[in-house]
Amino acid sequence: MNKHNKKSAEDNYTILRHDVERRLTEFKNEDQAHIYIGMATCGLASGAMDVKTAFEEGLKEYGVNADIVPVGCVGHCYAEPLVIVAKPGFPPILYNEVTPGKAKLLTRAFLGGEDPLFEYMLGAMEENDMVPWVMEFPRFNHEKKVIMGQSGLIDPHDIKQYIEKGGYEALSKALGSEPEKNLSEVLESGLRGRGGAGFLTGRKWQFVHDADGENKTVICNADEGDPGAYMDRTILESNPHQVIEGMAIAAYTVGANRAIFYIRAEYPLAVKIITQAIEQAKELGLLGKGILGTDFDLEIDVFQGSGAFVCGEETALIQSIQGSRGMPQLRPPYPAQKGLWNQPTLINNVKTMASIPPIIMNGAEWYRKIGTDNSPGTAIFSVVGNIVHAGLVEIPTGVTLRSLIFDICGGIPEQKKFKAVQIGGPSGGCLPEEFLDTPIDFDSLTQAGAMMGSGGMVVMDENSCMVDVAKFFLDFTQKESCGKCTFCRIGTKHLLDILDRITRGEGREGDIDLLESLSMDIKNGSLCGLGKTAPNPVLTTIRYFRDEYEAHIKEKRCPAMMCRELIAYYIDLDKCARGCDACVGSCPTDAIFTTSNRKKGIDQTLCVKCGECVSACPPEYDAVRKVSPPNLAPIIERPKEDKND
Amino acid sequence: MNMEGMEQQQEEEKAMLHDIAAMLREFEKDRGKLIPILQIIQGKHRYLAPKALKMVAQHLDISSCEVYGVATFYNQFRFTPPGKHEIKVCLGTACHVKGGGIILENFERKLEINAGETTPDREFSIERVACVGCCALAPVAIIGETVYGHMAPSKVEGLIMGFEIEREKEKREKEKIEQTQ
Ligand SMILES: Cc1cc2nc3c(=O)[nH]c(=O)nc-3n(C[C@H](O)[C@H](O)[C@H](O)COP(=O)(O)O)c2cc1C
Ligand code: FES
Repeated sequence: MNKHNKKSAEDNYTILRHDVERRLTEFKNEDQAHIYIGMATCGLASGAMDVKTAFEEGLKEYGVNADIVPVGCVGHCYAEPLVIVAKPGFPPILYNEVTPGKAKLLTRAFLGGEDPLFEYMLGAMEENDMVPWVMEFPRFNHEKKVIMGQSGLIDPHDIKQYIEKGGYEALSKALGSEPEKNLSEVLESGLRGRGGAGFLTGRKWQFVHDADGENKTVICNADEGDPGAYMDRTILESNPHQVIEGMAIAAYTVGANRAIFYIRAEYPLAVKIITQAIEQAKELGLLGKGILGTDFDLEIDVFQGSGAFVCGEETALIQSIQGSRGMPQLRPPYPAQKGLWNQPTLINNVKTMASIPPIIMNGAEWYRKIGTDNSPGTAIFSVVGNIVHAGLVEIPTGVTLRSLIFDICGGIPEQKKFKAVQIGGPSGGCLPEEFLDTPIDFDSLTQAGAMMGSGGMVVMDENSCMVDVAKFFLDFTQKESCGKCTFCRIGTKHLLDILDRITRGEGREGDIDLLESLSMDIKNGSLCGLGKTAPNPVLTTIRYFRDEYEAHIKEKRCPAMMCRELIAYYIDLDKCARGCDACVGSCPTDAIFTTSNRKKGIDQTLCVKCGECVSACPPEYDAVRKVSPPNLAPIIERPKEDKND
Repeated sequence: MNMEGMEQQQEEEKAMLHDIAAMLREFEKDRGKLIPILQIIQGKHRYLAPKALKMVAQHLDISSCEVYGVATFYNQFRFTPPGKHEIKVCLGTACHVKGGGIILENFERKLEINAGETTPDREFSIERVACVGCCALAPVAIIGETVYGHMAPSKVEGLIMGFEIEREKEKREKEKIEQTQ
């Protein structure tokens, strides 16, 4: 890079920033209220669109002026639709589970009047002496936002909002330094790749930087294949520019002029937002030719994945961009030496890329202070399953599982008992209660038998069957195996067949040993991470929940009463109320009949064990029972005449 | 299927192939463009007809079996037309733990087809998908573009009934218009 660039990148940024601020204030009326509505996929699914319409109607109806700003996701998915109302004279206030009705009320009472409706709010977004500050709640104050700092607070459709918050300043700073300076900053920060394996990002950058090649490429891996993780999508939908900025810094540092977003096909909204964001960055000279007046050029393209889990693996991903079947390739050579079209290629996960701008801005030392020594920084988990406050959580590494599950996410609903937590998706493992005090970082989780992986975290209560969970993941990996390695292709199928047999009550003596030895063979005989880790869910559930496997095999009993072939529902005639019909309508197969004394019975041959009657039965009777093994259910005959009608 | 329906389908296919031929001309003959081309075809016509795949192979100068090999590798591509209402039931981890399997079964039972199939009247098709990113609302089903969170077996019937009522209404309105003409 030539010398005179050095000042100009930063100067040009300052000019751009002023311009953006001027343009924003032109439109911004300081006396006017702003309504920020969370409209990422989770918000939309909970009805954010209707809420927006209700606000629009309300504003018209009551003659109030306010700006509606669609924003992304703050991660509190359990409380969607989320709305922040910022009204002059009040701190910005966060409202949860906003319905169209509440939206109308808020418009009238708060925007049109002076009453912020305390009963509907979660808290204020800033410290003040009027309304409790959200940071006083554990769900907020345990979090540390580096990657998702702006998610849900800015409009992802408008690059100006990102710039106003200081966005792209890191890029100008990086362009004003030698690439090697940025490289050492990233190296010293200790940042480890957030795509799963936790490889040192700085080292990877160094390889690509040092590699010879005319056409280096930077790829952002947004394939997010784990069937229970969605943070990458949320980041792309909520704050696309932080990722783009990270990619641009990466490209400048390793010497690439071309970058590709590899986004999963199931994420149409993310594709749309990223495409738009790239366009906007180009218009402002933050991408394209001569970025910020320097001689650094960068073009970013979007490539849509086509729904194959294995394409998240870097070599398979490259194959798929080249138009082939996504089959992993033997490494070495690593993509850093020979990647896309045999040129040096840098592949990093979305979260890794998004961590770069804060690191460049605040320095390696600042980053190292967050989290643990060996895995500095923050980790994002999607905590779902049997959990009170499901959603995305960004925490500094080193927080324990217990604190994450119980303090931050509110524990298990309905006072049920915690049983296990599955971490890391299909490659990860299930950890029982004894491991709740494990600190969350790459090494501790791997040691415990799970892994950071994708950041998917599924919490399971006493009613979850561990054999069934293992079967679920095997079913997934078996279908997603690309078929290249025999052990992965056929071995996983065998594992699945055995697990399936066990959950159907046809397990045999010796099945557990067979599962274990087969698992080891698959691990050793597979080329890529998919096969090498596919048996993990089986191995960890056997290690920690062996008794459950044994109950299935020896007693044909499912202790969690989840495996449907091993359970039965029946109605306790002592509790069933005469003449009550609540359960009858809930049954999708008409399996419930009236007994001769006007109580209810279940026809076991028709019952599909969906459990609807349990929720339908009024709590004061609570008459539906679930048993395992199924032969514990008393036999109640359907009265003869009933059969004919 | 009646004759009229068959003729209509043939007409539709012809129009589709015509459109694909026009679209292909816009694309350079680059092997690397294979997947984006298939995506665009499916995005517009909702499935990849055998004849369409052949046209793509000819355009890119590669064998049909290579195109098939790539297309069948990826879950995204489908080779039969989907129903008017595409029902996707999530069987990701969170949805599985919360009973997504039972939801799927209810759709299958109600519509008398299996996942991956389309009803004979081409109104509905069912597909299983893995995580649509609304895990906090599990179990989840998507019909068309709308996401339905916190699904329950008893909601399945209501949803399908809703579509059927809508269809009846449309039919009656169409008849009314025809009568007045
Ligand atoms: C089967 C399999 C699936 C993977 N899926 C993903 C994925 O969805 N997203 C991702 O970022 N990395 C995934 N990876 C890891 C990538 O191969 C690669 O290591 C990662 O993108 C590197 O980024 P990082 O250094 O920023 O972690 C997967 C690996 C395997 C073996
Ligand atoms: S598992 Fe169904 S939406 Fe994530």
